[in-house]
Amino acid sequence: MNQVKPVIEVTGVDRSFGNKRVLKNITLQVDEAETFGILGPSGSGKTTLIKLLTGIDEATSGEVQLLGVRMPKLKMLQQIGYMAQADALYTELSAKENLEFFASLYGLKGGNRTRRIRDVMELVNLQEHLRKRVDQYSGGMKRRLSLAIALLHEPPLLLLDEPTVGIDPVLRRSIWQELKALNRKGTTIVLTTHVMDEAEKCDRLAMIRDGVLLAVDTPAGLLQATGSATIEEAFLYYGGVRQ
Amino acid sequence: MRIRAITQRILQQFIHDKRTMALMFIAPLLVLSLMSLVFSSPAYEPKIGVSADTAVFRTALEAQQAEVTGYGDVDSGNAALKAGDIDAFITMKGSTPSVVLEGSNPAANRAVIMALQEAAQSLQPAASGSGSHMPQISYLYGAQDMKTIDRFGPIMIGVFVFFFVFLIAGVSFLRERTTGTLERLLSTPLKRWEIVTGYVCGFGIFTIFQALLISWFSIQVLGIMMNGSFGYVLLMTLLLSMSALTLGTLLSAFAANELQMIQFIPLVIVPQIFLSGLFPLDTLPLWLQRIGLATPIYYGSEALMDIMLRGQGWEDIARDVFMLIGFSLLFMLLNVLALRKHRRM
Ligand SMILES: Nc1ncnc2c1ncn2[C@@H]1O[C@H](COP(=O)(O)OP(=O)(O)OP(=O)(O)O)[C@@H](O)[C@H]1O
Ligand SMILES: [Mg+2]
Repeated sequence: MNQVKPVIEVTGVDRSFGNKRVLKNITLQVDEAETFGILGPSGSGKTTLIKLLTGIDEATSGEVQLLGVRMPKLKMLQQIGYMAQADALYTELSAKENLEFFASLYGLKGGNRTRRIRDVMELVNLQEHLRKRVDQYSGGMKRRLSLAIALLHEPPLLLLDEPTVGIDPVLRRSIWQELKALNRKGTTIVLTTHVMDEAEKCDRLAMIRDGVLLAVDTPAGLLQATGSATIEEAFLYYGGVRQ
Repeated sequence: MRIRAITQRILQQFIHDKRTMALMFIAPLLVLSLMSLVFSSPAYEPKIGVSADTAVFRTALEAQQAEVTGYGDVDSGNAALKAGDIDAFITMKGSTPSVVLEGSNPAANRAVIMALQEAAQSLQPAASGSGSHMPQISYLYGAQDMKTIDRFGPIMIGVFVFFFVFLIAGVSFLRERTTGTLERLLSTPLKRWEIVTGYVCGFGIFTIFQALLISWFSIQVLGIMMNGSFGYVLLMTLLLSMSALTLGTLLSAFAANELQMIQFIPLVIVPQIFLSGLFPLDTLPLWLQRIGLATPIYYGSEALMDIMLRGQGWEDIARDVFMLIGFSLLFMLLNVLALRKHRRM
């Protein structure tokens, strides 16, 4: 039915830490320019899955392909904008210095770098705090700065691990508008979330529990399959709370 | 480009972190000053070489606290003195013994002179008065007024530079890991060797200034004996910093937090100090001396002593220079491999 070639192809992936199997035989595809949400209880393996997609971590068995290239592959990292679940910022530096540093790592320079820094900071509404040291930022501000850094080099694929935690509803809405705009420009977005109204905004959702992929479908499809009225109910259904 | 970005970032972090900067610059100076004030030397049994014609004096000397070795001719005795096998060499000029002291170790100088005086006195009972048997003394290196700090100064410069750079570089690399920024770095197209090289450059620039300040302070302000080239002192201090920086970042891979990094001090730093030549190594078991040969501080302080006390030049420190460069490259390579634990590619 879908003619677009998959940006991400995960085939039969297992990931074990010692003898603990954290991901069990995961197979899924993410298409170009869609927003793909990963939903699941805490400890279900969402972050582990995202890390496999970035190529920082490697599957114990099975394979991950990005744009047809088998991961992990160093040159593919240029194509990815990654936002980790925990803010990874140099707190003793200013926001500007953080942005400049990561921009240089992705090869942005000169006027282009300055322009991109201004654009992403406007997007997360931090333009007035550009010169502030990050250790003077609030939790939500740090989260937004992390998101800004992930968007910096205009990657075709965004991997966002709980991007909107600690961000207020007004700003969250404007960030979602921006993500949707990126979608329209062809950017593929994979994100994890616990926020149900966010889940509804995804084009497709993956439900994961104890490392097992339970379902992949559109929000409407999930509601229908579980006979629920809201995504929250569907989540509880797959979380094993509601039978 | 990417290496430059890391280098620049490290320098910025330093500039924002005034206290760490102060620790790097001021603390070594403080400790060195203190050492120069309080150092006292331990008792020492001197090794004295004698030429064949010193028969009478030799017997008297052997009765003292000294290890006496005979040499067939004057040349072989002088060679042993130069090589540092003996602390002093005695020949006869007529009936007066003539003594040449190696001179770079004040404790040894004092011990030799004491032994000589007692030997001379035992040969000359009070009645005949002091005179012809009293030896003439000259120095190969150093001088009569050399102080203990002159001897320990070069080693201490090496030790403190190593200690502070090791700790600060190790902890800041460790913090990349614990704050998650290392993972974030590894999610960019940065290669592992670029991270390690970036660190070496960033800290390298910083340690140039540190080396300059410490060397200048030790020589000009503390007045530690300096007979060689300032450029070589700087070079050795810098190379020692490099080995400390690369070792620190390497070992931080095996520490889970800052406290565990501190735990490397008694394991890695203190043994090196003991084996650095601060205390005479000849009396140690052979296997322990061999371990000393595998530590950067040993080569650093060996070369600094050659330069500052003995005024020696390139030929004498070349081995130490290459050893330290070798250590740094080895530690860097191992660090690139250790980072595989976090990202295989
Ligand atoms: N490095 C590791 N070593 C051992 N176990 C790990 C490691 N990383 C994750 N795990 C385990 O894998 C499981 C999944 O962890 P993961 O971080 O993927 O959960 P998550 O779905 O992201 O949870 P949350 O919503 O709380 O972020 C957990 O049980 C966790 O203990
Ligand atoms: Mg997680």
